[in-house]
Amino acid sequence: MTNTMIKEKNDLKEKIEEQSNFKTSIVYDTQNLSLWYGQDKALKDINLSIYENEVTAIIGPSGCGKSTYLKTLNRMVELVPTVRTEGSILYRDQNIFDKNYPVEELRTHVGMVFQKPNVFPKSIWENVAYGPKIQGIKDKKELNQIVEKSLKGAAIWEEVKDRIHENAFGLSGGQQQRLCIARCLAIEPDVILMDEPTSALDPISTLKVEELIHNLKKEFSIIIVTHNMQQAARVSDRTAFFLSGEVVEYSDTNKLFSTPKDKRTEDYITGRFG
Amino acid sequence: MRHKFEEDLKTLQELIIELAEKTKKAVIKSMDAFRAEDIEKALEVIDEDDRINKLEEEINELIVVIITRQQPVAVDLRRNLTAIKISHDLERVADYAVNIAKSTIRIRDRQENLPLENIEKMHELGIDMLSRAVDAYRSEDLHAAKEIAEIDDQVDDLYGETVKFLMNSIADSPDHVTNLMQMAFICRYLERIADYATNIAENIYYLVKGKHYFLNQ
Repeated sequence: MTNTMIKEKNDLKEKIEEQSNFKTSIVYDTQNLSLWYGQDKALKDINLSIYENEVTAIIGPSGCGKSTYLKTLNRMVELVPTVRTEGSILYRDQNIFDKNYPVEELRTHVGMVFQKPNVFPKSIWENVAYGPKIQGIKDKKELNQIVEKSLKGAAIWEEVKDRIHENAFGLSGGQQQRLCIARCLAIEPDVILMDEPTSALDPISTLKVEELIHNLKKEFSIIIVTHNMQQAARVSDRTAFFLSGEVVEYSDTNKLFSTPKDKRTEDYITGRFG
Repeated sequence: MRHKFEEDLKTLQELIIELAEKTKKAVIKSMDAFRAEDIEKALEVIDEDDRINKLEEEINELIVVIITRQQPVAVDLRRNLTAIKISHDLERVADYAVNIAKSTIRIRDRQENLPLENIEKMHELGIDMLSRAVDAYRSEDLHAAKEIAEIDDQVDDLYGETVKFLMNSIADSPDHVTNLMQMAFICRYLERIADYATNIAENIYYLVKGKHYFLNQ
């Protein structure tokens, strides 16, 4: 084998390794994160890695800190004035708590979908084009393309394409939630945070959103907070169980729901809690 | 706490234990019939099998309802899965009791020098295994489950020895081939009953540990 061939072989090997690393690379790495609301410690020494192109579910009883954790990932939690944090969250290897970290930029990479669909009182088109417009895109043709692509990505295009300029309030709850997801996709995020995205939806709309989540993970990394354990079991690759501000167990979803390691996890998922 | 769910799981366990007791009684009765050459009793065993089949159906229906309504996970899901398997195993054991009864009817004019002692011993061990399986299931006791598998080795040895004896007897006295074949069948049924008791022990392991173990290897 010539030297060139050996080099080529090694390069290829490195490339393959790089790609396989890429597949399981970490998007968010939370290290020793604690968070206080005033005197109350809401998160206690959280260590959690969120992986690329996976759906990560966060489950736990009310007040366990799961929504707080989610809102910390885009630093939205800082809207509460008394919040104080310790530890770090690395997003793509950079600590989002660093003084000079550009929060606005973080939020263009990390979209969020809330419990209740929060569509703007504008047309469907305006709702989706809103983010890209703020980002400075003015070209109508380009905006039209983004709107269509995003609505298709959110599996709602077929339902709304003929009334794209009508007010978004005319849509059903399930459609509004998928519109919110489309709005999220329009800014081409890296990560999508979902805070109980189907708790206000009927079972059919819930299934549509779950199906959507399943498809979206090919392009995005998704973190979903849910009260519905069956939903966590259905949609996620990994599940973290939060209790009183701590991560009790974090593992492969199949494992967590079939043979949990911690007694508290078993008690929670089997409904024997308290 | 999920009281209705807990109640359902308790009912399920009770039904499995009831099925196990009925099955055990069927095996004992079939061997009583065999021992006493009592055709009436053998017919009763065949007749009563229907009740055991119905009980297995009832258990399966309850499991369908529990899974549909309660959507169990983790150990609760395994409780239901193992209940399906154990009830099926028990129903098969009861079928072997029926087979023993049928063989009893077919055996006529017994000759001397039959390996009855070995057959009785296999029966005794099999019943012991079934009793232990019920206890281990009730208490989810892995130690007790492990002991069942150990007894199975004794049954296997007895089976090998007895069948060999019967095959030699067929060669020596071809006139008695029907009786000797039926005896060999009965040995086979008793050996299978012991295997099913071991399966139940394996299922108890799965229930508790969430992993499959093969105990008779």
